[in-house]
Amino acid sequence: MSTLTIRNLHKSYGGLEILAGINLEAQTGEFVALVGPSGCGKSTLLAMIAGLETVTSGEIWIGDRLVNSVQPKDRDIAMVFQSYALYPTMTVRENITFGMESRGVPKAAQEEAVKRVAALLQIEQLLKRKPGQLSGGQRQRVAMGRALVRDPKLFLFDEPLSNLDAKLRVDMRTEIKKLHHRVGKTTVYVTHDQVEAMTLASRIAVMNQGSVQQFDTPKRIYDRPTNMFVAGFMGSPAMNFVPARLTGSTSISVRAADGSGATLTLAAPLPAGAPKDVVLGVRPEHIYRFTTDLKARKPAVESMQAPVELVEPTGAETLAVLRLGDLEITGRFEPDEAPVMGETITLGIDMSRACLFDPTTKALL
Amino acid sequence: MAEISLNAGHDPEAAAATRQYFWNRFLIYAVLTLFAAIYLAPLLVVVFNSLREQSEIARNGLISLPRSFRLDAWAEAWGTYCVSGTCEGMKRNFFNSLWMAIPATVISTLLGAMNGYVLSKWRFKGSEILFNLMLLGVFMPGQISLMPWAFLLGKLGLTNSTYGLVLIHVVQGISFTTLFCRNFYVSIPDDLIKAARIDGAGFWRIFRKIILPLSPPILIVTVIWQFTGIWNEYLFGVVFTSGQQQPITAALVALTAGGTTARAYDVMSAAVLIGALPPLLIYLFGGKYFVRGLTQGALK
Repeated sequence: MSTLTIRNLHKSYGGLEILAGINLEAQTGEFVALVGPSGCGKSTLLAMIAGLETVTSGEIWIGDRLVNSVQPKDRDIAMVFQSYALYPTMTVRENITFGMESRGVPKAAQEEAVKRVAALLQIEQLLKRKPGQLSGGQRQRVAMGRALVRDPKLFLFDEPLSNLDAKLRVDMRTEIKKLHHRVGKTTVYVTHDQVEAMTLASRIAVMNQGSVQQFDTPKRIYDRPTNMFVAGFMGSPAMNFVPARLTGSTSISVRAADGSGATLTLAAPLPAGAPKDVVLGVRPEHIYRFTTDLKARKPAVESMQAPVELVEPTGAETLAVLRLGDLEITGRFEPDEAPVMGETITLGIDMSRACLFDPTTKALL
Repeated sequence: MAEISLNAGHDPEAAAATRQYFWNRFLIYAVLTLFAAIYLAPLLVVVFNSLREQSEIARNGLISLPRSFRLDAWAEAWGTYCVSGTCEGMKRNFFNSLWMAIPATVISTLLGAMNGYVLSKWRFKGSEILFNLMLLGVFMPGQISLMPWAFLLGKLGLTNSTYGLVLIHVVQGISFTTLFCRNFYVSIPDDLIKAARIDGAGFWRIFRKIILPLSPPILIVTVIWQFTGIWNEYLFGVVFTSGQQQPITAALVALTAGGTTARAYDVMSAAVLIGALPPLLIYLFGGKYFVRGLTQGALK
């Protein structure tokens, strides 16, 4: 059963189109991440789901109710804001009970709910404090507490971790994931951070310029990005794009550093009607140092030569900038088989994991 | 082991810099003191004269140090001095001013807060235009509206009454209070309002529970501004009221224009001070909040 269904949703301000026909749904208990660069319309979409922005055209269903013109308070939702939006003059307890107070929930039930949520988020000792006396992480917890206490049908998160420092962000990310497992509420989570989207979501909607580029599981989005935008946006370092030419039904040629062509055999034949010129997309972690042993383990690995221009060890892995024709590509190596600067390495490219794109439509072939 | 001496001996450059600093400070404070004295002198003269005997004033002139000290002039100015036949002093006019300034301040501040709330957090088509039109009121001199007010008060039957003045000051003051409050509320994050809407709070509940509790800094500013402005206002008071109904600012003029006997400078001085006391007290006790409220945003 789906908790949230969005059909052909449009939003424009005057002549400016912000959202151009969004279709999306979230199954009950699902964690959907909306991810995209700033200005892609993801926050507007969330605000429309919340009822804080009006709908230009299209439909938003929460459960089996069309909510296009339903007030935010009657949509059975709760929202966590990027700025937390805690009421500054109220204590943590009052912040959490404000919604119940507005709805006329009896005092005893309020008390019960506060106790439950405070225990869940371990904020019992903060209940008497004001937001100004809390750290960033604590504010974040209180904001989630205020949302959780409603026990809504749908949770909305608007970049909730953006205001935290790097370490706390990772911790809170884990907490949000745990929390979602425990309470199992349908969640829509807006972020510009693809790592957050990948780690948290059961499905990701990658958005760009007001439309959903791909809506799928994190694995499918990562492995089979539907177009070059998704391929480039998801993953860090980003996927390498190398122009290539079809030389047969299952082989392509790319330009090596010395200008000569290197022929790579594809793992599967391209569909009929594919253009002669294509773009080869290879993720950095699918580039290896070529050995016969590797070829035995991964038969789809194809080899070619490339000079190493720069090496960046990070400890867990070593990134190397490699020259291919007049392009630079990035490879991600195990530290003990990493190339050294100046070396010309024989690369093993795992063609079974590579993607081919149409350079004109940018779509996956 | 080498001893490190913190006392590095005489450093002529440092000493010169210190001397320079001292003379700079001295000059600044000397000039400030001089100007403070110039500005305070008239007030001091009035205070002295309110304490001197009339005979002494007549003998030594208006500007002179007091040789006598008594509070009779204050009592007379407050309760018994005769102005055009009635011998009630300034008491009644003082209370007229109070009953005019307090309600007008409270009402115009509340209306300003509500206007500011709507114009910053519940914008609608044309709300910016409306705000700009209201701003015009800030720049409109009072005398422009004398005729319309005369007409309106006549129609409402509020001429020569404190209620009429309250109405005038509420309406004339809304521009300022709206401007102050709206600019203050703009700095309250919209997310708070959105969160409250999702929490089920409506227009009034958000105003009462979220906006008003954040408002004391700006409410103090508008209250001080309105109260002093309305208390000191003279034109409407003198045009639309007379005699017993006049606020103290208008009555002070009647006092000086009495002209029945020799001028009682001691009583006049005391009366002027009585009329100036409320704004002065507000400045003394509320001045620092005024500056703080104007410069500080809604959230620290």
